[in-house]
Amino acid sequence: MTQTIAPTCSRTSAATFTGLKCKECGAEYEAKAMHVCELCFGPLEVAYDYEVLRQTVTRESIANGPNSIWRYRQFLPVETDHPIDVGTGMTPLLQANRLARRLGLKRLYIKNDAVNMPTLSFKDRVVSVALTRARELGFTTVSCASTGNLANSTAAIAAHAGLDCCVFIPSDLEAGKVLGTLIYSPTVMAVHGNYDQVNRLCSEVANTHGWGFVNINLRPYYSEGSKTLGYEVVEQLGWELPDHIVAPLASGSLFTKIYKGFQEFVKVGLVDEKPVRFSGAQAEGCSPIAQAFREGRDFITPVKPDTIAKSIAIGNPADGVYAVEIAQKTNGNIESVTDQEIVDGIKLLAETEGIFTETAGGTTIATLKKLVEAGKINSDETTVVYITGNGLKTQEAVQGYVGEPLTIEPKLDSFERALERAQTLDRLEWQQVLV
Amino acid sequence: MAVKVLIPTPLQKFTGDQATIECEGGNIIEVLNALEQSFPGIKARLCDEQGNLRRFVNFYVNSEDIRFLNGAETALESGDEVSIVPAVAGG
Repeated sequence: MTQTIAPTCSRTSAATFTGLKCKECGAEYEAKAMHVCELCFGPLEVAYDYEVLRQTVTRESIANGPNSIWRYRQFLPVETDHPIDVGTGMTPLLQANRLARRLGLKRLYIKNDAVNMPTLSFKDRVVSVALTRARELGFTTVSCASTGNLANSTAAIAAHAGLDCCVFIPSDLEAGKVLGTLIYSPTVMAVHGNYDQVNRLCSEVANTHGWGFVNINLRPYYSEGSKTLGYEVVEQLGWELPDHIVAPLASGSLFTKIYKGFQEFVKVGLVDEKPVRFSGAQAEGCSPIAQAFREGRDFITPVKPDTIAKSIAIGNPADGVYAVEIAQKTNGNIESVTDQEIVDGIKLLAETEGIFTETAGGTTIATLKKLVEAGKINSDETTVVYITGNGLKTQEAVQGYVGEPLTIEPKLDSFERALERAQTLDRLEWQQVLV
Repeated sequence: MAVKVLIPTPLQKFTGDQATIECEGGNIIEVLNALEQSFPGIKARLCDEQGNLRRFVNFYVNSEDIRFLNGAETALESGDEVSIVPAVAGG
């Protein structure tokens, strides 16, 4: 069930957020469109009045809310009672028994944002929040620096909300991601350069045109949307925390916000506290966070990405240091996997669970496998793996690895011969796979 | 050694709202010192108490991150463009 959008923003009497606060030095700011601390350049985060939340939010009030991320509205940095609700969130939490068996785990869940609405990635969560806030702050044009999924989401939700939109992407993105943006008729700037160069350009453009860049000057609001991936898992597990989560790392923001989401639910008494281990997944061709984790560093050395996992190819990750910190303090891990392992991961998830994910998801599944094989995930841990995007958008990545259809004549004997041949091939392949 | 320095929005209050500054300096450290002379207080925003570049600010010389070059000691030539960009963005 989704809500209809009111033509104007009405305000609630009790906004639960109080302003912005620097994550590094603690300096406080008004809740306007800004993302870095003027004193130390540290990231700004939204601050909430948790006492109000503790008193006003219950499991029942959440369960009675809309079937979307907006059931957690009081934990999100918007003032309106009429946020942009296009049915984003409340994606399935699937118990992945066949994949679990294959890996030797007992309780494995997939949080499946490959079917998030409207554009089939977790980005719809952050964009729904960012554009709702953008409207409140008076922006009429919204923008973003994107590796593809964010561009899809920003363009689609801007179209729905009637906002002008200009997105910036690297010029070498997968065809599906480019087309899946153009269809909504935004202005698309395809930049000759990698994501980090696009991002830097946008950082320089952000304050010159009066636009709301969802992941730059609106970033404190935008990033809060990822907390809903934490909230939903808690609610869908029957108001319990998992033991271990595995999520992809690009900028590191999603990872840190899932953590924040769990912490907030503990803080306001919605769920009992228990330790949750946080493990992160990167592609070897772009693994600055995994390298920092491996070497025990508290700073990130940027890299130049070279991987098929374009959606997470950020060589200069903004929240990398915080992701390392969380993996360290929760006794988790950060691993990287090769492009071949990523393709194998995509296929493994598809074959065992019927979920077609993109390269980021392949990275996450491959990392899950690697961690289990290394004994870094215990078989009896309740483990949740976050699948954040849809494979139909990155078909190039698996082209050549999925076989071909059996082309036959419209005749019974042609079918019978082909079937026999297929079964022989199946048996041959089957004998090579350990079950 | 005159170079062009692009000033990010949070620091433009030091430069009288100017987004671009011409200044002298043979490397990044010298540019920072030159900026400090013209706009007192600006260096403390870019460097921590030990004088190291803050971890949430990135410097680029002609579009290349100085961490791929020679860090704060990256040598500059006349006409180079130095961009100072907040690190926290994107993702």
